[in-house]
This record gives sequence, structure tokens and C-alpha cells, in this order.
Amino acid sequence: MSVKLDSKIPPGPIDKKWTDHKGHIRIVAPANKRRIDIIVVGTGLAGGAAAASLAEMGYNVKAFCFQDSARRAHSIAAQGGINAAKNYQNDGDSTYRLFYDTVKGGDYRAREANVYRLAEVSANIIDQCVAQGVPFARDYGGLLDNRSFGGVQVSRTFYARGQTGQQLLLGAYSALMRQVGKGAVQMYDRHEMLDVVVVDGKARGIIARNLITGEIERHGAHAVLLCTGGYGNVFFLSTNAMGSNVTAAWKAHKRGAYFGNPCYTQIHPTCIPVSGTHQSKLTLMSESLRNDGRIWVPKNIDDAKAIRDGKKKGSDIAEGDRDYYLERRYPAFGNLVPRDVASRAAKERCDAGYGVNKTGEAVYLDFSAAIERYGKLEANVKKIENASKEKIIELGRAVVSEKYGNLFDMYENIVGENPYDHAMKIYPAVHYTMGGLWVDYNLQTTVPGLFCLGEANFSDHGANRLGASALMQGLADGYFVIPYTVGDYLADDIRTGPIDTKRPEFDAAEKEQKDRINHFLNNKGTKPVDDFHRRLGKVMWDKCGMARNAQGLQEAITEIRQIREEFYRDVRVPGKGSEFNQELEKAGRVADFLELGELMCVDALNRNESCGGHFREEYAETDGPQQGEAKRDDANYAYVAAWEWTGDAGKANLHKEALEFNEVKLTQRSYK
Amino acid sequence: MKLNLKIWRQSGPNDKGAMKDYPVKDVSEDMSFLEMLDVLNDDIVRKGEDPIAFDHDCREGICGSCSLFINGEAHGPGKGITTCQLHMRRFKDGDTIHVEPWRAQAFPVIKDLATNRSAFDRIQAAGGFVSINTSGNLVDGNAVPIPKDDADKAFDAATCIGCGACVATCPNGSAMLFTAAKVSQLSLLPQGKPESKRRALAMVEQMDKEGFGNCSNTGACEIECPKNISLEHIARLNREYLAATVTKE
Repeated sequence: MSVKLDSKIPPGPIDKKWTDHKGHIRIVAPANKRRIDIIVVGTGLAGGAAAASLAEMGYNVKAFCFQDSARRAHSIAAQGGINAAKNYQNDGDSTYRLFYDTVKGGDYRAREANVYRLAEVSANIIDQCVAQGVPFARDYGGLLDNRSFGGVQVSRTFYARGQTGQQLLLGAYSALMRQVGKGAVQMYDRHEMLDVVVVDGKARGIIARNLITGEIERHGAHAVLLCTGGYGNVFFLSTNAMGSNVTAAWKAHKRGAYFGNPCYTQIHPTCIPVSGTHQSKLTLMSESLRNDGRIWVPKNIDDAKAIRDGKKKGSDIAEGDRDYYLERRYPAFGNLVPRDVASRAAKERCDAGYGVNKTGEAVYLDFSAAIERYGKLEANVKKIENASKEKIIELGRAVVSEKYGNLFDMYENIVGENPYDHAMKIYPAVHYTMGGLWVDYNLQTTVPGLFCLGEANFSDHGANRLGASALMQGLADGYFVIPYTVGDYLADDIRTGPIDTKRPEFDAAEKEQKDRINHFLNNKGTKPVDDFHRRLGKVMWDKCGMARNAQGLQEAITEIRQIREEFYRDVRVPGKGSEFNQELEKAGRVADFLELGELMCVDALNRNESCGGHFREEYAETDGPQQGEAKRDDANYAYVAAWEWTGDAGKANLHKEALEFNEVKLTQRSYK
Repeated sequence: MKLNLKIWRQSGPNDKGAMKDYPVKDVSEDMSFLEMLDVLNDDIVRKGEDPIAFDHDCREGICGSCSLFINGEAHGPGKGITTCQLHMRRFKDGDTIHVEPWRAQAFPVIKDLATNRSAFDRIQAAGGFVSINTSGNLVDGNAVPIPKDDADKAFDAATCIGCGACVATCPNGSAMLFTAAKVSQLSLLPQGKPESKRRALAMVEQMDKEGFGNCSNTGACEIECPKNISLEHIARLNREYLAATVTKE
């Protein structure tokens, strides 16, 4: 059964839409909220904020997470900050400017009305978090401090050292725990959602596995909220946590929720490079480092080769023999171009043979110029005349350490090399997925009663997300959007009564999951789950990563189908279903990644243009000042690709939601 | 390098458990400790045996999932790091390494090296919050200036990742550093002050109920804390608790 896409964007001027909408949608009276159950899956910024807020309002909430505590959701690892249009710096920021920057940064592939609402509620988020006791950075006057992030010209990023995600999540977690203490939220940690149950066309509950006992449980509710994060781990190596997965969203997709823009993946330019085949994950080095670090590779290919062979070090290369390629190609933005642009430029240099580590996949992020510059300033401040070079470096290092010390320590721990003495080596890595379940303005998927929040939905970032906007979206959806929009849907359910989990739809969904688990356990193949996951990841990275082309994508589809077939035939999952079984958990997640990966390639193949994180090699500017840059095709591709499951990932049905731009004029992004 | 691992294996909460020997070779010094265990588990699965269960997630030292007691130290050798940030270059060829779960009455073993730390969530639920609902109509974030020093101190306490190294390290199995970090963070901020007495009483009461031991100021928790949370916060909790006790109505 095919559903026609209706984005339900409210009428009226863009700055009145959300206020008018809130004023006119239906609400549920306090006494009736007690009769309504809501399931929230995932306890990151979106899920934690939603579960706490809905319970405060009076709904009965059941919250689920696969981690051992709600506090460990991967939002915790976000480093840099959260954007908000407060204009505390008096630098001309406004709701409109945040909206504009986000639409432009997303390469004009996001829905204007959603982005405007995001910008509109951003200021409330900061107030809410401050009231919860989130210890944001402050200046000496005791007021909130801001810093700048890539792709914008104002200072609107609020932060808590390099641990902003942690502090915001612990704020949401504390609000959630307050409701758990009151009994308004029932918390199910170490539980993994395996399927959504649809009754008479509406989402009415989930099937979950208790990860400690292995028991398969049924949970009914009047609405189900998926706040389950992104799917970057389809690439095996990413900056995501090991457990981050697509299972909840994918199962929802198979029950009728359309998947929006699956190919939009953000590859973050500054991550610690892969060191060997044992590598299990990649670590991000915050975007803030690009404020002071300069990115380069050797100008001469022989120097690069000598460095790879260990015959030379970066410091042996004379200044004139270094190619600061971002500064060369993008003089206006230099090292602070947006993430997609910086990543592609690093790949271009390494592919051409200029990489600077054993694998040939690394570039330098060098702080020596910054150390010298800060050192000279400090010498002036401290009135040291004719300071020696050593003294200047000593002073400069102290300044750099104050600003980025924790990141430098993290780097040294992993790489075993002191980044003050030797330039950091970095390379792009998968970080965030802009694609996700398609949702309307109310955050409802194409399955009535099934909502999707945060990174798990496709909505606000278009084809490329700007730094410090993920935290903003997660909390906006959870605190300030869903509490209103879910009421409009639930207003029909005040007389429904508790959902009966003995219905045949629950029987069927439970049986399907048990059968799948039994298949894995009885398979007795020869290879562990990770073996298949690694192979899938390599195909995705090579052919559906930073640069894609039609031939590669077609090959990838064939290869993924082969890996999938072999996976079901030859995977070995030891142990039992009725116990704590981490291999079994992984098997279920990888099975879903093996289908999603194919859909990502199908989507990338369909989109015959380059935009944001989606770069098709065939669609680049061939001459003129923008030569080599992404070439969008607004006439044919200014739409959201929403895919409908038809029983086979390769044969998904494409639905298009045309994107209309009434406020922002479509232009080519230029950072030259 | 070659290593001789001695790893705690326990099939479930009711099993007695024992150390088991796992010789491993070809360990690269660039591997993290958990990646070394991944490689071992890969081998175990190929042999058709049951892999070693351990908690882990972000693998960058912030989620607080990983929790191994390595050679008698919570999170192993090195200061200010979690297990996932520990790299094999800290060991040398031929070393014997003992790997155990957190051991504390309040953290029962689920399987092998994974323990149940839900007691921390219950302490948090008892009072580790500011009683404020979600609202689009709060005062501006800058309405109440907070001295930078207080904000910084509150932040230092708030960096706790809830891993439980403090409990595992403490000879009494006390959760004072964990509880103190939250009480201290919120009592340093104007937003948390109105409830600070009630919070201190409720969280300490829950902590006792969960079976954590008493604090006898050994200071071991501070040394092993991967986030370097200071004992000062325990002192602040003690002051808050004392004040709350004497003025209790």
C-alpha cells in the first residue's frame, strides 16, 4: 500500500507558521493524557528530551535504550557545541540568519519550514539547558560564552569545553531520571527494539529483546517515537559508537515508513587515520582545531613518498615545499571551508599520491604556525623583549594547550606521538547521516502514530549538516516540537484504552523476530559477524563514500547482495538466545545494515547530481573558477527522495517530495 | 608482541566464575586494549566457543560503558583514561595481564566482564536533577550571571561519566565520588541551590540503600577516576549533607 507524501507544512508566512500551527492543532486534556501510553526508543538528546517532556505533561512513557544506562547514548560524544540564534555577541545574528546558513550549508536540499522552526526554537534550548544546570562555558562577567564554527560568519555556538554533547545529554538524562523516579517513565535499559507493530495501519507498539535475559517482549502504546540516531556504522569504521545501528529505523521502514535521502552521509574531515586492520572505530578531532591548525601535504610527490617510507618527517619539509591546499583552492574560507568540501579536498590530494602516512591516507594538521603566532603575542603581553625562538615556542604551546589540550592528549593517547612536536595526521571519516526516516512537519513518518526525531529522521540538514547543528536539532525535536505535534495525533486516542498486545499482529511480529534469531543461532557457519560487517564497510567506503560514480555504485549493489547472501549462509553466532549474547546483537544489526547499504547505493545512483555530502564524480564543474566543485541540478533534483520498501532493498519505490524555496534563493555554494 | 592474558569468565550471575588463560600473539602496539580483545574474540568465535562479554560503546572515553579491572587497576595503567583509551604500547612482549570485572556488591556481574550498574541510575533518579519542566517560557539563559569560577568547578564535577571506577577501586565499594560529583555540580549553580539539601539527603539515602559502602577517605577513587574528579567534591557533599541533616524539619 503506497502512501502519498504530504509534508503538512502549515500555510502562512514562514515566521508565523510554527506559532499558528501550535495555536491551531488539537491537544489532549490533562486528565486524558493519563490514558495514553507513548513508547520512546533511544535516550539520546532527542529521545531523552522527548521522554522527559512527555512524562512531565502527563503521558505514560516507556523509554528504551540498548545501552546499560540512558546516560550512555552516543549524543554524549559530541564535542564542539550547539548553535542558537541568541545574538549575545551583537554580531548581527538572528533567527533568519541561522535559518539561512543552515539551508545554504545543506546545499539547498532541506525543507525550509522545518529549518525555520529549528532556528526559531534554538534560543529556548539554551534557556532550558541553563535552567537544568548544564555548566556551559562562561566569561569573566558570568555570562554565556560563544565560539565560531565552520560555514558561518557569526559566533553563535554555545559550548562546554570539548564535551558539549555530554553536558547536554546529562541535562536531558537528569530530566528523564526525575520522571523515572516519579514513576512517570518506565525505563527499559539493555533493551533493543527489534520491530514496530502496526495494527489497522497505525503504529501500536514494539517488539524488544531484553539483552540480559534474551527474552522477547511485547510493548503496546498509542504512539511510538523513534529517536535512534544515525546509521554511519554501515561503513563499519565511523566515529559512531560501536553499538550505534539502524535496526529500529530499518524495521520501521520495512513496516511502511519511507526512508528519506539515505545516500546523504557526512564525512568529517578531521579524524585520526586508520592505523591497521584491527581498527574498530575512528576518533574525531573537533572542527574547532581548524581555527588554528593549517592543513597541508608536500608539494613534491617524492617528499610524500619519502615520508611514507619513513625516510623523512613532516618537519623536514621546507615551508616553500608545502602545499596548503585548502588555502590555495579556497582563499576566502581557507582551512574553515565546510566539512564536505574539506573532506573531498583531502581525498583528492591523497588519491593523487601525496598522503603522508604508511597507508597513504593522511594529511597534516599543523599547529606550528599557530604556536609561533600565539608565542609572539604572549611575549608582547608579558613584556619579554627579544624573546628567543625556544621561549616563543614555549609560550605558544601553553596557549594552544589551554585551547585544545584535551584534544591533543586524546590524539597522543591513540597515536602515540606528541602533536606539539609533530604535526597531527588526519583523514576524513564517516561521522553523521543526514538521511533517515522521512517525516512530515509534525515529525510523523508515513506510518500514522510512528514518529521519528533527531539524527534518525531526514529533516533539517539537507545534504550537509553544519557544525554544532546536530545537538540543536536533537533537542529541538525532543523538547519543543514533539510535545506539541504528538498531541494532535493522540487526540483521537483518548477513548482507545490500553493497547492489547495479545493481538495477532503482535504474535506475527514476535514470531518473525524469534525465527530470525533462531536462524542465526542454528546457522553454524564459519565466519564471525564482524567479518561481513568489515567487508560491507569497505564496499560502502570505496564506492558510496566521499566520491561516487555510476559504475562504482552498480558494482557496490552487486557486491552487497553477494555479501548478504553469504552472510545468511555462513555467519556463525555462538551461544544461546536466552542469555546475554553480544554476537547475536551484532548479527541482527549487521543484517539490517546489509539491506540499508544497498538502498544507499540505489539512492546515490538515482541522484544524478552532486550536492553536499553526496558527490558524484560525473557531476562536477569542468571549467571556470569553480572547476572540480560539486554541480547541483536544481531543475531535476530539488526533491527529497523517499523510498518505499517493496520486499527487496534493490527494488524500493521512489516517491518525491518537491522542495520549494520561497525564502532563500538557490545559488551555487562558493567558498573560493 | 605476545601476551598471556588471564581473563575472568563467568557464565551468569549464579555461576562462581574463574580466571582463564588466553595466550595471544601478534598484538600490535597501535591497538587499543579493547581492539586486542576484539581480535581474541574473533578467534574464539571461529573456534565455535563463547566469546568474552564486556561492556563498551563509544570507544573514545566519554560514554562510560567500558569497565575493566586490569592488573589490579580500574581502567588499567595510565592516569585520566578509560579502558577504551588504553593502548597496547603500554605493555611489553611477554607480559601477563589480569583482566577482571568491576567488583562491588552493588554491581553484580551479568556475564564475564559485564556488570550491572543500574544502581547509579537509581541514585540519580533519587535527586540528581533540577526540578524544572520543559518550557518555552523560561528566563533568558543570561538572566542570572554565574561566576566563571563556579561554572568551571561545576563543570569539573559534571564531567563524571558514571563508569563506576571509583566504586570498583574503593576498598569499601563506596559510591561517594559519583554521588558527590552530581550533588556538587548542582549545588555550585544557582539553578540547583533551592533543592540542594533535599538532593543531598535523598541521593545519599539511595546510595546506602543500594549497598554501596561508606567513605573512609582513602582517596583511591580520585586516583583512578578517568575524569580526574577531585575529592573536594566529596568534602562539598559532606558539608551539604551535614547542613541538611541539622536543619531537617
